[in-house]
Amino acid sequence: MYSKNVKSTCRKKDRATSSLRYSYKRHLKEKIIELLLFLAAFFSVLITFSIVFMLIKESYIFFQHVSVWEFLTDTQWTPLFDNAHYGILPLVSGTVVSSAIALLVALPLGTTIAIYLSEFASYTVRETAKPFLELLGGIPTIVYGYFALLFVTPLLQMIFPKLPGFSLLSAGLVMGIMIIPYVSSMTEDAMRSVPMHLREGSYAMGATRFQTAIKVVMPAAFSGIAAAYILGISRAVGETMVVAIAAGMQPNLTWNPMEQAATITAYIVQVSLGDLPHGSIGYQTIFAAGLTLLLITLTFNILGHLLRKRYRETY
Amino acid sequence: MSDEKKLEELRTIIARHKRWDLIFLIAGVFVLMIALLTFMALFTQMLIDGAPRLSWEFFTSFPSRRPESAGILSAWVGTTLVMLVTAITAVPLGIAAGVYLEEYASKNLFTELIEINVTNLAGVPSIIYGLLALGLFVYQLGLGQSILAAGLTLALLILPIVIVATREAIRSIPVVIREGSYALGATKWETVADHLLPYSAPGILTGIIIGLARAIGETAPIITIGALTFIAFLPPPPIKSEFPFISFEWLAAPFTVMPIQMFNWVSRPEEAFQFNAAAAGLILVVMTLAMNALAIYLRYRMRKKIKW
Repeated sequence: MYSKNVKSTCRKKDRATSSLRYSYKRHLKEKIIELLLFLAAFFSVLITFSIVFMLIKESYIFFQHVSVWEFLTDTQWTPLFDNAHYGILPLVSGTVVSSAIALLVALPLGTTIAIYLSEFASYTVRETAKPFLELLGGIPTIVYGYFALLFVTPLLQMIFPKLPGFSLLSAGLVMGIMIIPYVSSMTEDAMRSVPMHLREGSYAMGATRFQTAIKVVMPAAFSGIAAAYILGISRAVGETMVVAIAAGMQPNLTWNPMEQAATITAYIVQVSLGDLPHGSIGYQTIFAAGLTLLLITLTFNILGHLLRKRYRETY
Repeated sequence: MSDEKKLEELRTIIARHKRWDLIFLIAGVFVLMIALLTFMALFTQMLIDGAPRLSWEFFTSFPSRRPESAGILSAWVGTTLVMLVTAITAVPLGIAAGVYLEEYASKNLFTELIEINVTNLAGVPSIIYGLLALGLFVYQLGLGQSILAAGLTLALLILPIVIVATREAIRSIPVVIREGSYALGATKWETVADHLLPYSAPGILTGIIIGLARAIGETAPIITIGALTFIAFLPPPPIKSEFPFISFEWLAAPFTVMPIQMFNWVSRPEEAFQFNAAAAGLILVVMTLAMNALAIYLRYRMRKKIKW
């Protein structure tokens, strides 16, 4: 393949020298191609702009009906009722509780797996476990939702007989399991980018692998690990199908994981399933909810990337 | 003060530390086992519930009110067509953007802006893409709840994955290849088209497969654009008997996809429908696992084979 390509390049070169006009055309072609490639890259910026524009445009109309103050402080979210209330708090509480449970599962377990794979496991174990975890991360979220509703909830109901059929607890637990591979692979990357001589120094002082991992490698990889955690949070907040299936779709201002409640994402799904006319206030609420979600995840994402950039530059 | 005693103390400290080391080792293996067991539980549960439903009829029947005779014909046809649109849109765009960022872009503020933007896009929740598509494709551009709208939505979603994969694949090609090509008088595009793209093809392909595997399972953005869940017909065929033989009517047809069909069955109260959901989930998992496994295998082979 390599030599064939060199030959074809050579042929083009011969032809080029034979004619000046061809050389001009060749130059023009180069410019046009560069422009096309640039447009493709610029297209990604366009996506971001249209996302922000679309969300702000519809939310702007929404906020002409509902004041920002009411949106942020009202404790009821009943936009589709006759007596409509537009307080985002119940949706935020559902999102916070389910994400918190997910993170309580994903961060410790993900970190443990990362430390194990990066500092303890042999080459074979690591090379087998990593693709396996990657496969776990590739399973569609709808399947995890099914698993939460029909496997984890009945299992939890055996332990807590009072648990309702939909609960933040079961959705959060499964969501946590779902983002373990995400957290563990990024944490492991951060830990493996710590130079070997730091570990060797620690071992030379007589430290065990565990001491080295906790007291040398983890502090050195701190910003990378923090970035992994923050991106994990953002992932949990934006997760949709698991909560929509297993946590119910009833907005409910609660901090109790044993209850059912809707998250921001579940609300958007609920509205989309129904038949809402374009331009109605109900239609605009999902954009206002989406804008809230985007702002939350964007904050975490930017923070995460800043931290990641920092640890990349350290060594 | 006896040295004996001090030595004894040291020994206990060392033993304690070694014990902790061992405890953590066991904890690590244990947690890894939990992940493995969860996956086994998930798969077994679906297999027990879903396997009896898997039959030829399940693939060739439309959804139905009677769970025993319901099938996924419209769902898998819809998924295939949507994926086709997604791949045709996202692959050229993603590769072109990746090539530009890696080979052409000069180091300036604007390039950095595009780069930051791509990483941020990868972190935007998928349902937000659904809202964009609802406002832009469905209403602004008037595409309606069609296969085209869904395919474009998923294309936007996987674009960052394709871009990043392309960049990484091209970046791993050593500079000497480029220098050799330029030394022979090749232009930039000739270098890219004749050398960089062919050599980075396996890496790019890996990214495309991972992206498409992700798109197949995406449910939220498709729900948001308002895909119907009960579709008992197929989109018009792409090939016609009269001139011009090819028809693009299917692009505008309403549709359903596998994850939506599964979601619809999961949310029904009757247990029989949940067996259908399990069967659909089984097919989805096998499909995404197969695609991801292929991608991982390709990457593994690439690492082994290519040594610059």
